[in-house]
Amino acid sequence: MKQIFHIVRKELGSYFVSPIAYIVIAIFLVVTGWFFFSTFFLYNQASMRGFFSLLPIILSFVIPAVTMKLFSEEFNRGSYEMLMTLPVSQVEVILGKFLAALGFSLIMLLPTVVYALTISGMGDLDPGPVLGGYIGAMLLSGLFSAVGLFASSLTRNQIIAFIIAIAICFFLTLIDKMMFFLPKGILSVMSYLGADFHFRNIARGVLDSRDLIYFVSMTFIALYGTHLVVQERK
Amino acid sequence: MIEVKKLTKYYGDLCALDGIDFKIRKGEVLGLLGPNGAGKTTCMRILTCYLSPSAGGITVKDMNVTDQPRAIKQIMGYLPENAPLYPEMLVFDYLNYVADSRGLAKEKKNARIDHLAKICGIREVMHQAIGELSKGYKQRVGLAQAMMGDPEILVLDEPTSGLDPNQIAEIREIIREIGREKTVILSTHILSEAEATCDRVVIIHQGRIVADGNIAELRENAGRDTRIEISLANADLQTTQALMARIPGVAAVDAQAIPKDSMIHLSLSVEPGNDIRGAVYQVIKAQDWDLLEFHSKSKSLEHIFRELTKENAQ
Repeated sequence: MKQIFHIVRKELGSYFVSPIAYIVIAIFLVVTGWFFFSTFFLYNQASMRGFFSLLPIILSFVIPAVTMKLFSEEFNRGSYEMLMTLPVSQVEVILGKFLAALGFSLIMLLPTVVYALTISGMGDLDPGPVLGGYIGAMLLSGLFSAVGLFASSLTRNQIIAFIIAIAICFFLTLIDKMMFFLPKGILSVMSYLGADFHFRNIARGVLDSRDLIYFVSMTFIALYGTHLVVQERK
Repeated sequence: MIEVKKLTKYYGDLCALDGIDFKIRKGEVLGLLGPNGAGKTTCMRILTCYLSPSAGGITVKDMNVTDQPRAIKQIMGYLPENAPLYPEMLVFDYLNYVADSRGLAKEKKNARIDHLAKICGIREVMHQAIGELSKGYKQRVGLAQAMMGDPEILVLDEPTSGLDPNQIAEIREIIREIGREKTVILSTHILSEAEATCDRVVIIHQGRIVADGNIAELRENAGRDTRIEISLANADLQTTQALMARIPGVAAVDAQAIPKDSMIHLSLSVEPGNDIRGAVYQVIKAQDWDLLEFHSKSKSLEHIFRELTKENAQ
């Protein structure tokens, strides 16, 4: 447990000593802020639905940028060898890196709480969907971080890790929208696989166990996949 | 202390280690020698629980590397080749992180880091980013990192590669210092280094052990093949050759005239167990030759190494 904490602290530290963290956060805030508020006043509604509907697609390319280095860079530099010869287990390393990526994503989401505060000042903001939206955003960040970590464990090249992670995250986000030509029965199955579908459910303010199970199990699968890939290097 | 048994490692079809056996006693400084790609690094990586063996295994204090990696990692410090560190981290932050991972108590941590910084001579760079350091400093930070947990066993993979002669001397001094109390395993392909720092060497070639013992023993086994090299002026080829061949103990005479300098170069191979230097000198003194050069050469470690690693290739 302690080891996980040390790894999280080291990874988060290395994010924030380099300018990349600030660039990623700035881009995320500018993009979400712009897309959200450029249409916000047209709807004339005090809700954050616009923001949360944007979130999956934006996170599916921002989070891979955060996670791409986690394993790839260590493999490339050879520092992975030093890491693994410290008294840590592989599971601790994976969980540490995962939690660091998740932690970073949450830090990135934190400033958007200001949107909620501003809007609640302008009108009557329903707190349910906002709370649900943030819970969904956490779960979604967790899933995408795990996917990104998996992609990063596949290669020593960060760019390739980035592209693989984007591809998987986009697929999970857009799967139900891409498959519109399929018959309705199959479509509902496909949309069940999609992260966006479950995220929208939660963001409506309804916490259904099916959606929770989806996120938890998919995150677990991605982390377990990472474990298998890394194990293979031995 | 450490027992390597039938250790075998395959990378796909490539056999990196082919059933090697050896033991390392407590407090020994062992050198793993071998040409590039011989399997030294693989052996060390298995020992440090970074790789798992394909067959056979290593036990450290009766703990198996595959079963109890954490306990073994706890008592082992490892410096991989080229010291792969995190370039964006500050030296102090990095050592602090290693100290945390090694489970050092908060109150002891700073004292330990300070102590290691002094031993390794990195005090003046503690607040620089690792990426900005020269290779020698990086290596020393790597060494400090390896010693952080006060390990019983220190594994160093080519600790002096790519350093300048001064730095090499410094690192060797540190290793010798550590070797007084700890078990040290270091790999190298520089033989003089093994000679200078190790109590015992194991020579690995193509995944097999070709020699194991201390350096004096290796010399013994390779045969005391001494040669005497002489350069003479004012002499002619036939007479010198005939006179030298008559000396008892001379196995063969190889004479060569060098017309440019109008001198003769002789190379006498000596039968084992004879010291004929005096006799040779008496012969030279009796003649009217000018002696320009006279020295005896015993087989160097390089020579032994080359022989051992060449024979098996065939």
